[in-house]
Formats: sequence, C-alpha cells, structure tokens
Amino acid sequence: MAGTLAEKVWADHVVRRGENGEPDLLYIDLQLLHEVTSPQAFDGLRQEGRAPRRIDQTIATEDHNTPTIDIDKPIADITSRTQIETLRRNAEEFGVRIHSLGDKEQGIVHVVGPQLGLTMPGITVVCGDSHTSTHGAFGALAFGIGTSEVEHVLATQTLPLNPFKTMAVTVTGALKPGVTAKDIILAVIAKIGTGGGAGYVLEYRGEAIRDLSMEGRMTICNMSIEAGARAGMIAPDETTLEYVKDRPHAPQGADWDEAVSYWKTLRSDDDAVFDAEVVIDADTLEPFVTWGTNPGQGLPLSGEVPAPEDFVDETDRFAAERALEYMDLVPGTALKDIKVDTVFMGSCTNGRIEDLRAFASVLEGRTKHPDVRVLVVPGSARVRLQAEQEGLDKVFLDFGAEWRQAGCSMCLGMNPDQLAPGERAASTSNRNFEGRQGKGGRTHLVSPVVAAATAVRGTLSSPSDLGADVAPSDLQPVA
Amino acid sequence: MEAFTTHTGIGVPLRRSNVDTDQIIPAVYLKRVTKTGFDDGLFSAWRTNDPDFVLNQPVYAKGSVLVAGPDFGTGSSREHAVWALRDYGFKAVLSTRFAEIFRGNAGKQGLVAGILSQDDLEQLWKILEENPGTEVTVDLDNRQAHAADATFRFEVDDYTRWRLMEGLDDIGLTLRHEEDITAFEATRPAWMPKTLPARTAD
Repeated sequence: MAGTLAEKVWADHVVRRGENGEPDLLYIDLQLLHEVTSPQAFDGLRQEGRAPRRIDQTIATEDHNTPTIDIDKPIADITSRTQIETLRRNAEEFGVRIHSLGDKEQGIVHVVGPQLGLTMPGITVVCGDSHTSTHGAFGALAFGIGTSEVEHVLATQTLPLNPFKTMAVTVTGALKPGVTAKDIILAVIAKIGTGGGAGYVLEYRGEAIRDLSMEGRMTICNMSIEAGARAGMIAPDETTLEYVKDRPHAPQGADWDEAVSYWKTLRSDDDAVFDAEVVIDADTLEPFVTWGTNPGQGLPLSGEVPAPEDFVDETDRFAAERALEYMDLVPGTALKDIKVDTVFMGSCTNGRIEDLRAFASVLEGRTKHPDVRVLVVPGSARVRLQAEQEGLDKVFLDFGAEWRQAGCSMCLGMNPDQLAPGERAASTSNRNFEGRQGKGGRTHLVSPVVAAATAVRGTLSSPSDLGADVAPSDLQPVA
Repeated sequence: MEAFTTHTGIGVPLRRSNVDTDQIIPAVYLKRVTKTGFDDGLFSAWRTNDPDFVLNQPVYAKGSVLVAGPDFGTGSSREHAVWALRDYGFKAVLSTRFAEIFRGNAGKQGLVAGILSQDDLEQLWKILEENPGTEVTVDLDNRQAHAADATFRFEVDDYTRWRLMEGLDDIGLTLRHEEDITAFEATRPAWMPKTLPARTAD
C-alpha cells in the first residue's frame, strides 16, 4: 500500500500493534538527554529499581543551564550547578555517555546529535525537549517528550503512541536572495497558526526544500513544534547522504551501503495520501519577522504592526490586543522602524556553522549600531572551534559582538544570558513568548541575516536595507 | 498514579488562548531536580504582575478545574507545567485544544485534559464568570463536566481515560510486552546508531 514517509518510518518501528483502542508500542532508536528534563526520570528508575535498557542508544550533554562565559570556573548559580552535577552523577551511575561543559562535543542536544552522525534517516529519535523535531530534517521520526516519557524510554526503549496524521507542506519555487529557511518556516507558522499542525507530522517537500542545505532543513524542522506539530520530516536525498557520510557514528563499509539502499526507499510514494496539505510559494516570500508573543504572529518585514481590528476571529483579535500591549507596539508602525536593544544569534534553530557564516557575511566591514548589544552563541563547542578556524570570531569581535561558549543561552534565559525587563531583542531563536528570554523581555524572531542587518542599523532590517555598501555576499541565498 | 473517577472543585475561567508552557511555569523554575514543589512557579509572571489575573482573585484562588482558551500548553515539552498545575491543586484542565506533548504529560500525571467544543467553552466561561466560585464536577467515567445546571461533554481518548481511572503506571504496562521488545531488537539492522563505544571527530 502506498505510504507517506512518516507512515513508513512508523511502520518499521512498531513493536506491537495496539488492540482495542490501545496505542501502538513504538521502538526508539536514539534518546538524547540533557540536565533539565532528566533528573526526575533517573530518580524514577532508582525508585523502581529499574536499569536503562539500552545505554548504547542514549547520550547526554549539558546545554540549557550552562554559562557561556567563564566555563572553566564553577557555575555561579547554585541551582544550575546542582542540576548539571546531578546529570553527571546520573550518567556515571547508569553508564550513560555524557559530553560535559568544556568537552569538544558539548553543545545543544539538537546540534550535537547530527554533528556526531548519530542522527540518520529512518530512525526514531526522542528527547525531553520539544525541538527534537530538528532531527526530522534527515528523514528521521523525531519528537519531543515529557519527563515521564524520558523515564519510559530509559526503562523500555519504547513508547506507547497513537499514530499521527500527516500533512504535506509543499514549498514551490525558489527563494529570493536574502530570504532563508527561517523565513520559510515563519511563513508556514503564520499561515497555519500555532495549533494548525496539531496531531500531524509535517512533511516539507517541493523545490525550495530540495534546494536547502541540511542545516537549512534543520532550521525548518526545528520549528515544526511552533505550528503545534508533533514532528517535521524531509525525505533523505543526496544532500542528506553527503552530510551524514564519514561523520563519527555514520555507518561504514557494507553497513553504509545497506543503510543507503534502505534510506533511498524513504520517500512518500507518488500516490500516498496526506491527511492535509498546504502550499507555500517560495518565489513570493520575503524576510519574515514576528511582531507578537507567539510564533504565528509574524509578517513580512516590509509590513506594519497590525491592529487588533485586522483580525476577524475574536480569539485572534484578543490575542493580538494582549500581544501589542506586552510588546509595547502601536498599530501602523513600520516593522522596520522598531528599535532593538539586543541581537541574539544562536540556538538550536540557527546556531550552526552556516548560520554563523551568513551572520558574519553581513557584519563584515560594517559597524555595529552603538545602542545594540550583540550576543553570538554557537550551537556547540565544535561549531565554535570551526568558526574560529574560519576566522568568523574575528569578524564578530571586530564588529563589537560578544563571542560566547556553546549552549541554549538567551533562547530561553535559564542561564545568566537574559533580557532585562522591557528590553527588546531581534533573536534567531524559536519562541517569542512573554518573558521567554528574560522577565519582561520582548522578542522578535528573525533569520541570521536579518539579525545581522538589525545589528548594523539598530532597527529591524534586512540586508537589502544596508544601502549602497551592500556586499555581494549579502545577496547570496543562504541556508 | 492516583486513580481518577470524578472530581468536584471551583472552576477557574482563563480567558486566554495560546497559554504556552513558559507562561504556565517559566524556565527559571526548571532548575530543580525534584518532582514536586512547583506550585510557586505556576503562572508566576501573571500572578506577580497582574492583579486582575484570575488566580489573584480570592474567589478563584482555590480553584481546581481550569477552563482555558484554545492551544493550551503549547511550546516547551517541560512536564514541570503539569507538575506545577498539579502541585497548585488543579485536577483537570478543560480547553478546546491542547498541545500534544502537554496532553501526553498530563495523562502520565493523573491530570485530566478534556477537550470541549467552542460553544461549550464559551458557555462554561460565562457560568464561571457570572457566578464566581461555581463548582465544576468532572466525571471522567461519563466524560462529562457539570456546572450550575448545565452539562458539557468533553473528549478524552479511551486509552488515557482507562489509565487515569485505573491509576496505572505506563512503564509497568509496557514491560508486560518485554518479550516483544526483545524480539524486535533482534531484527534491527547493524547500521542503526550506537552511542557506545563513543566516537568523535578527533
């Protein structure tokens, strides 16, 4: 029978079909752990006298709480330090591989997995973090879970789950220069809404998706959760194979050949039926930015702050009213006139090497706006090392940006990297929720090149606003 | 997990949509390594800064049935959001749509997450706002909520309802099928990812 990509991966992982309304029991190939959502899961194992079933399919790193400066000193925040030490103790007690602060493989879980070659097509990946959807870029079925489920996977390497519905998100055409993967996903979320993907696995397809690098694809799948979707997926192709090949944990020799012949079957059949479909025309997309307090409240950067009356639906109108109040914005204001205090470049959405390159290409030879603080936080220690090898750190430092150590940092402000009350940020991260980046902080979600142009001009801007001195490299399409 | 059949308590109308888990409990409260004691973090920004916030009104402060707008529990997967609601005293949340991870987490912790129709949500909000302090009875067996003289039907899937009513531990249920898991593992191809022995680029 014809099937979609998601259905095929699901079918290949069913340990036991549910009977009489029971969910299916799904096998989990890989679990990623971090310090925030795992301590209570390990406690649960201890209380019940259970051991992790497959430590060889489990890996831990430290990311959410970790400081991005002075990482060689003890962590100043005692509760953060305790949480990280708890993870280290649990990893040691149960024999789980861990990459701690200071290790070259430490970093945001969703950057580390692909980087090590552990993330590969056709596998199931879970983590106690909603942005686990990132790994779907490889054609893996990857989704975030809660702490009870983390414990469940540790104990059984499975999860009881009801099958998801499937939605095709077809992105036709080609992106214009200066428009990126981030703009595609912000446009998708604005179109279908923060609940539009609920119950679905989104499969991104179409020319514009095929043309993206793996890192661009990860940016897109990463934010599937922001549309309420359980997961996002992209069928593996040559771009995927090239990215995975020769990574530390990639299959080798005959295993590689066997894996590739299986991976090539991982695409939705031509006559597969999706439960829903949306189409986005990449040719018409512009750089996107959010104006409100959920990721669905976004508009092209050339637009204006909307008025609550613009919304027909009463719930949307009420939400817009609240959002404008929190964001301190006046309807009709040109988005490009909004002044920002901080630019945050990083996160599991946009903290990879291509993101840093794109950001640097716009900054190079330009001067930072004096009122703007710029924080550049690589997604992993290895991304940081690579950026330094390429001299990107010099570009950031010459520009007047702060070049930090790897972690989640200001994306969620669990460490000291936070916005002050009332402070406004252009952020390459994934959530513009009230207070997300610091109590009272205000967030506009943007792509790395928009973040860079904003750091130059001091107001939300795209590289095309930088005038006569636009470097040719600014106008190359980037991931 | 404690078994749930019915619960009666004060209904709390939360007239907001897209209540994400960062609002339910901000990240700063997530540093603890325990599974209880999260009630102080519940809706902390709104409870601290907004005197009109529903839980700041004494009549609703002891509520245990939350009635919220669409897309409740979006965003971060933090189960702490469910722990905070539970620790505060909530036994059930009713809404027209839940984020899936939140709904899954609620089911693991004995918190009922029932789905109402839009019309019923509006009517229930009206009852709870016009007569603050009105009690809502959540009858999981019949999937009904009663408030004043009105009855509302809510959805909970059969499996979750059964587990909640029996108070069953999911891991114990799964381990009944351990032989199936072992048999499945024997069929997995050799190229599947293994984290051990550890390999790195250098």
